[in-house]
Amino acid sequence: MLVVFFILAFVAVGTAVSMLVTRSSIYAALFLVLNFATVAVLYLILGAPFIALTQITVYAGSVVVLFLFVIMLLGAERLPGGESLKWQRLVAIGLAIVLSADFGVKMIGENTMLTSVTAPPEGYGAPAEIGKILFTKYAFPVEITAVILLVAVVGAILLAKPDEKPSVREGLRKKMDQEG
Amino acid sequence: MIGEVILEALWKGIAVLLFLTAGFAYLTLFERRVLARFQVRLGPNRAGPFGLFQPVADAFKLIFKEELIPSYADKVLFVLAPIITVIPSLIVLAVVPFGGPINLFGKMVNSYVADVNVGILYISAVTSISVYGITLAGWSSNNKYATMGGLRSTAQMISYEIAMGFCFIVPVLLAGSMSLVDIVQHQNETMWYIFMQPGAAVILFITMLAEVNRAPFDMPEAEQELTAGYHSEYSGMKFALFFMAEYIKVIAVSVIFVTLFLGGYHFPFVDQIPVIGPYMGPVVMLAKTMVMLFIIVWIRSTLPRIRYDRLMAFGWKILFPLALLSVLVTAVVVLLV
Repeated sequence: MLVVFFILAFVAVGTAVSMLVTRSSIYAALFLVLNFATVAVLYLILGAPFIALTQITVYAGSVVVLFLFVIMLLGAERLPGGESLKWQRLVAIGLAIVLSADFGVKMIGENTMLTSVTAPPEGYGAPAEIGKILFTKYAFPVEITAVILLVAVVGAILLAKPDEKPSVREGLRKKMDQEG
Repeated sequence: MIGEVILEALWKGIAVLLFLTAGFAYLTLFERRVLARFQVRLGPNRAGPFGLFQPVADAFKLIFKEELIPSYADKVLFVLAPIITVIPSLIVLAVVPFGGPINLFGKMVNSYVADVNVGILYISAVTSISVYGITLAGWSSNNKYATMGGLRSTAQMISYEIAMGFCFIVPVLLAGSMSLVDIVQHQNETMWYIFMQPGAAVILFITMLAEVNRAPFDMPEAEQELTAGYHSEYSGMKFALFFMAEYIKVIAVSVIFVTLFLGGYHFPFVDQIPVIGPYMGPVVMLAKTMVMLFIIVWIRSTLPRIRYDRLMAFGWKILFPLALLSVLVTAVVVLLV
């Protein structure tokens, strides 16, 4: 199991870095898919098949497909080469050092090795269990999410809706333009 | 112990793969023969008795064809796209039971590769992944017809996937489980779900036709408009892989439909036949799948292709609300009864 975990960890980090580095937006989207798939397999190892497959269906199967769709429609396959955010790089390096130092201190200070986790009990993370907990303990967040998604859907429809009646002034202007 | 489990999963997986690839070869022949009959022709009948060696001849022809890669194509993705298309269609049937537990050389063996408690979710995850191959093939060819075909198929598959997902919920609600093994068992105990929920079954069948780009929804490869759609630039074995993926998907959706709505490997009284009764599961499954495949070919030979905007309107404005309604009705009935 440990071997599988480390292989997956390498792939996950590698695809994430490649996604950031590549200049082609199609490849970036594909690396993102690979990353999602790897993380899904990690969930599977942790004994959460429901989350793993939902991750693949929703993120890899729908969200990134829409990304690809938009990239292809807009023809934005290649990003410009130049770096527009020069000073952020220095800040990023500084923050990375702080983060790793913090992490290191914590690891040494606590002096705890990562213990292996025992397999979850039978039926843990089953769809029925997740459904039950979502609609009892976490009913409120679920409802909030539903409302937010509804707002997003209504907004998208409103944006995509064509103007049915052009205003009188606009019609007149068009007519004048045509007649010169 | 764990080695034994892996070994068992391995040979079952290989059996399913062989079934699918052999099924692909003979589905092409089946389709050509049946289609020919519909059009009052004979169809391929020269190679072997009834043309049975025709798929072998076709395979040899495709192997020896020259493979071209367009000079402006994105080479990596152009080569990867057929592979990405084939893999989801091959692995989707891993959760489908092909028969009851059978006694094989003195050991009870289950006739499925894996029984996971999220079987239906696995199917919807794999089908949602299968969009990538087609989209990438269209884009990486760097050909406007191919790109148009890829974009069309992406839009079509995403749209119909939603109605399909809602239709998957109906058997889950009826059986109270996401495992396909439980769903088949529950249908055996009560009745086939097509009699309980014919509406959802019809919607599922239509969306599945659209999902595998079969007529009358074969928009991504409408010859008159797009030459050959997303695989215009492919030749030789790479073309054969797309061809294979397409036909294997047709078999896969037929098997899934049979499992979800037509009682899977059960048929009244068949399992009570003496001696061979318990081994009849795969045979029943095959017979039901053949019926589904015949209906699909029948539809192809009968219906003309739908116009693209009507296809999208049909998916979003008719099928999607109807699928929602059928889920709602099923949920209410399950709760009350």
